[in-house]
Amino acid sequence: MRYIRPLSIEDAVGQLAGSAGTAAILAGGSDLLVRMKGGFAEPELIVDIKAIDGLSEIRETAEGFSIGAAVPCAVLGENTALRKAWPGVVEAAKLIGSKQVQGRCTIVGNLCNASPAADSVPALVAAGAKAVVVGPAGRRTIPVQSVPTAPGKTSLAKGEIIEAILLDSQAPRSGDAYLRFIPRTEMDIAVVSAGVNLTLDEHGVVKSARVALGAVAATVLLVEEAAEVLIGSKLDEATLERLAKVCAGACRPIDDKRGTIEFRRKVAGVLAKRAATTAYARAGGK
Amino acid sequence: MNFDPRYSARNFASVGTRPIRPDGVDKVTGRARYGADFNMAGQLVGRVLRSPHAHARIAKIDISKAEKLAGVKAVITAADLPDLTDGDAAMYDVLDNCMARTKALYDGHAVAAVAAIDARTARQALKLIEIEYELLPHVTDVDEAAKHTAPLINDAIFTEGLEEKPVKPSNVTKRSQFGHGDVHQGFGHADFIVERSFKTEQTHQGYIEPHACVANFSSDGTADLWVCTQGHFVYRQHCAQLLGMEASKLRVTSSEIGGGFGGKTHVWAEPVALALSRKAGRPVKLVMTRDEVFRASGPTSATSIDVKIGARKDGTITAAEATLRYSCGPYAGSWAEIGAMTAFACYKLDNVKTVGYEVLVNRPKTAAYRAPSAPMAAFAVESAVDELAKKIGMDPVDFRIKNAAQEGTRSSYGPVYGPIGIGPTLEAVKSHPHMKAPLGPNQGRGMACGFWFNFGGQTCTDLNIGMDGSVSLAVGTVDVGGSRASLSLVAAEELGIDYSQVKAIVADTSSLGYNDMTDGSRGTFSSSMATISAARNAIKILRERAAQMWDIAVDDVVWEKGHAIAKGEKHGNLGKLSLKEIAVESGKTGGPIAGHSELVADGAGVSFATHICDIEVDPDTGAARVIRYTVVQDAGKAVHPTYVEGQYQGGAAQGIGWALNEEYIYGKDGRLQNAGFLDYRIPVCSDLPMIDTQILEIPNPNHPYGVRGVGETSIVPPLAAIANAVSNAAGVRMTHIPMSPPRILAAIEAARA
Repeated sequence: MRYIRPLSIEDAVGQLAGSAGTAAILAGGSDLLVRMKGGFAEPELIVDIKAIDGLSEIRETAEGFSIGAAVPCAVLGENTALRKAWPGVVEAAKLIGSKQVQGRCTIVGNLCNASPAADSVPALVAAGAKAVVVGPAGRRTIPVQSVPTAPGKTSLAKGEIIEAILLDSQAPRSGDAYLRFIPRTEMDIAVVSAGVNLTLDEHGVVKSARVALGAVAATVLLVEEAAEVLIGSKLDEATLERLAKVCAGACRPIDDKRGTIEFRRKVAGVLAKRAATTAYARAGGK
Repeated sequence: MNFDPRYSARNFASVGTRPIRPDGVDKVTGRARYGADFNMAGQLVGRVLRSPHAHARIAKIDISKAEKLAGVKAVITAADLPDLTDGDAAMYDVLDNCMARTKALYDGHAVAAVAAIDARTARQALKLIEIEYELLPHVTDVDEAAKHTAPLINDAIFTEGLEEKPVKPSNVTKRSQFGHGDVHQGFGHADFIVERSFKTEQTHQGYIEPHACVANFSSDGTADLWVCTQGHFVYRQHCAQLLGMEASKLRVTSSEIGGGFGGKTHVWAEPVALALSRKAGRPVKLVMTRDEVFRASGPTSATSIDVKIGARKDGTITAAEATLRYSCGPYAGSWAEIGAMTAFACYKLDNVKTVGYEVLVNRPKTAAYRAPSAPMAAFAVESAVDELAKKIGMDPVDFRIKNAAQEGTRSSYGPVYGPIGIGPTLEAVKSHPHMKAPLGPNQGRGMACGFWFNFGGQTCTDLNIGMDGSVSLAVGTVDVGGSRASLSLVAAEELGIDYSQVKAIVADTSSLGYNDMTDGSRGTFSSSMATISAARNAIKILRERAAQMWDIAVDDVVWEKGHAIAKGEKHGNLGKLSLKEIAVESGKTGGPIAGHSELVADGAGVSFATHICDIEVDPDTGAARVIRYTVVQDAGKAVHPTYVEGQYQGGAAQGIGWALNEEYIYGKDGRLQNAGFLDYRIPVCSDLPMIDTQILEIPNPNHPYGVRGVGETSIVPPLAAIANAVSNAAGVRMTHIPMSPPRILAAIEAARA
């Protein structure tokens, strides 16, 4: 096993692209080290990206926010501007693992681990976040939902690294929220989760909406029919019931050790309703 | 020994106070040495290869490639642990469980092991061991396994305890029955009857410290074992027997223990580590991973229980009956038998009958878990009792008080009770403010009672008085919950000195006579009895030395409050001598001063508890949250009240996990799906409220201070108390433990439909 700590993204990309055997990227290590300790991963090359210039920073730009790939989730919670603009994304990042894990883990790592139950991903998808990918062929920007393709699999090619996550400035009268269901109160993994992002018009009517569900399919689902249900409404009881029904119907869950199909469908609807209600209130809706 | 263990009332100076524990600072600073913290020069890393199959014949094992790998010093299979059990069936099962012989009987069953220079080499070596398995049909569910159509796990087993000897082998190894009176007649007198079936899933003790040991076999045939255990003397006996050694040639030292709860009363890794060390000629350290702990050690039984209870309109129970099926793993056990004994132990019953069936399944060998078998039986019985009280229209506490066992009651499992605490715990609950606190929406309250036998057993203790007047106490019961502090208090009490003058240690197997292990809530009960006896023996010598110093007859010397006092007219002018003053002179008066004790601590008083629990259920998701929890339990006499409270809280916490989320989940392939703390959900801190406790003290007549064991009873009522609370909160009777959110939501939806 070889461990390297490059100082530039180009060097990191070059090392990854040129590696012969299995290679892994190390940021917080909260997934990688656990897999290595369990004997499930034995990478020949480990590329630690924490020393790369700029990767440990959250930058506020004219367009919004750029969150470096090595920024620990705990740091997201300490950024007042980000917390104000995207409370749903931040609360999702702050639910991962435990306090100790949040001091190490990153949202890019959470995305690239490609677990259907990843906490930050539904919130990022609902927020319309994008990923900046750097590879041997240069830089490109893609929607986050196109990164995971199946449990444990991503669309990234050999040598490609996600450098940062981009979030737009939040439009006026907007709000987002994320909720997950776990049997415990913390240190657990989502059985079902829902992220909702809403923008209202001057009258408090939903103008645009994005609804994402986690842990109910092989990858996070962006449920467009659910958004359509919300648009044009003021989240009255009938709308919320329709939202729950549409979300339950959109799920493609499995029975497993964490929950049953029936449970996941039902709770997906319940969480979507509750997250939408919170997002609506955060957007200033009454 | 002429030691009188009978209780006599007294005023305590040390017992009942709350000093800090002698092992506390090292534990909170990380200096304490647990099983995996011991290392030796030249030590190898041991690792175990485990069956991925639930049930398979081992056709062939080829270790030659693994043996040739550089850095590998020993590879062992069952051939290196030959059968020396000489017809001892229970020990043969232990041996087969340590290393599968002809068949792998569960996912995780050990089939081979290696010792290598490092973990990486050991892991590689495991991959080079080639095993040919012939897969056999498996069964993991207790009810399925009990059917006569189920795959047979051991075709040499015929059900014991039946009236007619069976002609066909069965997975049901034994039937046992308890009770008295005529239940058929009793039900005839009942105005109300509740009859229900219950299930509980298999749980693990969930100790945070995995099994760990270092074995060092010398070429002269002696060996040392450093190990995390609840009973190093028992481990010595078992390991020596399995390895064909004389017990005296194996010295076992117990480390600090990061939880055992019954799970560290059984050998798994230790004989394997010793066999590896014997073959490699070097020390071997073997530490289980968490995955191995779940797949191969521990668990308790999964159960299926039918209960029927009848009562008159006035609330008198006329008959009670239960049939209990408990899984044993793939080896015979007596788990259902214990469940059948404890099921109705809280009540005064004229007609009672319980029948237990021990059932083999392709799961890990069942091990003791804190009041083993009692929580599941209590869950079924106390749920039915609650429902019956409702049916009659009586308050559940009043209904239990009316039927509670008392002094002189013939228990459902046979013996007649002495003074007991079930009635007093119920009265304390009835007047507890918790019972009157208002409940919010979607909240429900439940309560339940629990019983445990408690155990005494063989105990040996040394008390040595240093020349500076300090006292060292060497005990042979492993300290799992603060017993070194409690025993130091007892020594201080008896000698009449300050707690700070006493230092207690757990001695190794070569330093003391045999001690039973710390199980059956016996640690403080039995070792305090032996400590009192040892201290009294030391006092006898202290008096002799004082008599010598004064040159008077020993009969004129009495021991009071840490001092020798000369009694009688003619000695009136002699000042008293302190323990320290006598100790300082001991070199001139006959040498070291010590007290020894060896005894069988009989008369461990039975123990009862009643718990109250408030639960809030989210009716849309089925999530259940414990809002408030109160434990009321009889301690006989609380030697160190803080650690008694700790035992009460710990049992409740484990019971809450068991009731709400913990369960072994097997796939159709017979493999364990959740061998880790992510998906085997023990509670985390934020899942629990502060657990309130109330200690009752009804003296045990068979202990000088009235002490009863307290460690286990606290896990008996929670499953039922929580089930009753959830049932009240959700408006639907829950009959399947754990009451995980999907189960609660499904029950709510079914009731709505």
